[in-house]
Amino acid sequence: MRRPLEAGVWPMSNPTLSWNLVSDVRELFAYQFMVNALEAGTIVAVMAGVVGWYMVLRRQSFAGHTIAVMSFPGAAGAALAGVPLALGSYLACGIAALAIGRSGGAAGRGRGGESAAIGVVQVGGLALGFLFLSLYGGVLEQLDTLLFGTFLGIDRDQVLTLLLVAVAVLTALALVGRPLLLASLDPEVARARAIPVRALRVGFLLILGLAVAATSQITGALLVFALLVAPPAAAQALTPRPALSLALSVAFALLVTWLGLAIAYYSIYPLGFFVTSLAFGLYVLALLARAARRRAAAGPSVDARAPAAPADVLSYRPRPTPTA
Amino acid sequence: MLAHEFVRNAYLAGTGVAVACGLVGWFTVLRGQVFAGDALSHVAFVGAVAAAVVGVDERVGLFALTLGLAAVMAGLGRRARADDVTIGVIFSWVLGIGVLLIAVLSTSGAGGEGLIVASTLFGSIFGLGAGQSVAAAAIGLGVAAVALAIARPLLFATVEPELAGLHGVPVRTLGLALLLLIGLVTSEGTQAIGALLVLGLIAAPAGAALRLTAKPYLGMGLSVAIALAAMWGGIALSYALPSLPPSSAIIGLAVGAYALARVSTIAL
Repeated sequence: MRRPLEAGVWPMSNPTLSWNLVSDVRELFAYQFMVNALEAGTIVAVMAGVVGWYMVLRRQSFAGHTIAVMSFPGAAGAALAGVPLALGSYLACGIAALAIGRSGGAAGRGRGGESAAIGVVQVGGLALGFLFLSLYGGVLEQLDTLLFGTFLGIDRDQVLTLLLVAVAVLTALALVGRPLLLASLDPEVARARAIPVRALRVGFLLILGLAVAATSQITGALLVFALLVAPPAAAQALTPRPALSLALSVAFALLVTWLGLAIAYYSIYPLGFFVTSLAFGLYVLALLARAARRRAAAGPSVDARAPAAPADVLSYRPRPTPTA
Repeated sequence: MLAHEFVRNAYLAGTGVAVACGLVGWFTVLRGQVFAGDALSHVAFVGAVAAAVVGVDERVGLFALTLGLAAVMAGLGRRARADDVTIGVIFSWVLGIGVLLIAVLSTSGAGGEGLIVASTLFGSIFGLGAGQSVAAAAIGLGVAAVALAIARPLLFATVEPELAGLHGVPVRTLGLALLLLIGLVTSEGTQAIGALLVLGLIAAPAGAALRLTAKPYLGMGLSVAIALAAMWGGIALSYALPSLPPSSAIIGLAVGAYALARVSTIAL
């Protein structure tokens, strides 16, 4: 039974947790705003789990963070221009992705030069955002929302847009997934096999930009990271197999999102705190599990031929298939 | 313009911030640690909000959190350089705590949380008092002096970490020292140009200087000069155009200098 509700209105003064888990969970689905939030969260989690997995693998967290905060100047600029905020976010994230994609690679001044370029793109965008904000003058009350997100007041159109973006992002990744994996793990071999490493780099940044812009609609510009980094990093710490850790990454992102939404519903404190804390806890648990397994592997082994557990996905190489 | 006390305060504090950012930023960019600087500067605002919740001076929270996080990052990374996943995960968690603190602050009825958030995120260089400006200038010059004092061994440890280790240079300690200096600079800069924008003074002038010259001391000098020019020019520009926020003007000039340096080195 779904009761219609105006967007953004807290449905009741004080949702209470009973001991009956079934009715507690059922209550989560009782309101349209909560159903919207859960649907949007699910879409975002799947997308962030997949895209973030590649981002962590490629060690592009800084680029991802920079693209993510660009949704703030994008939204501020859109408010100033009088166009929908989401449109501004998508545009700004796309432009930042292109700028970062252009600045790396061919310039080739090593890691230092690249990280400076990303930093400059980021602060340039933020300075513009602040300028837009002060020119606009009225959006400051929404600053919290732009930066830290909200799960209240997501409407059906937003859910639908998110779904379309997610389908586009996942389709694009499905098309380039295998060459991108090889280009991320071993660019030299990829180049030797005529895989366009540079084009893939820019392409992936654009996919990342799209995914991040969509995610930041829900989590805010500063908290996209909770879903983009921690679940994939935890998954990659647990298993070196690409397919398995990709699936784990999505599962972790979903777990964090659903639990976070459920807790936030019953709490007076913001969603962002619960999502980031759950994600952080998950990552720490994964690191502990890996450390325990390494210790076990380093100890006296029953089977001397058993190889030590590979460190992470970066050192994964498929086992050669035995030939008859 | 200089007849106004708030402008003189802005110039005093800004000079200290710019010198420290230019110098520390040069090493940050050289070592590819801009992301660490980014994380440290963004969490600075969480420190300020935390201080407001506890009810102590904003600067106590700023410095405690950035220095603490710098030490954590140094402890987690190899050779005191945390990798980007570690930075990303910790950083997002601290920001999440910041969100919680903002909520606590707004429900505790203390009020003004929006103001604190906005001024720590984007800074308010024209709002600094005389005491704050003197403190900012002193911290800036102190940081710059320490950075110069460790410049030689730090440079060695950055360019040739293995060799430096063999020569008995304390590579790990130097890495920690640099992260702590970045932490100091960001907390100091947060008050002037904001937690979100202070990275600009760390990354842009240094990035430009490193593109223009490979000589270490010339590069450091150039980086400080560009940071100072952006700071002084930005303050003047924003004074002349009241609708232009000072932080945006300062960062705009720094980004412009970086873009010029890129274009000129590509053209040559």
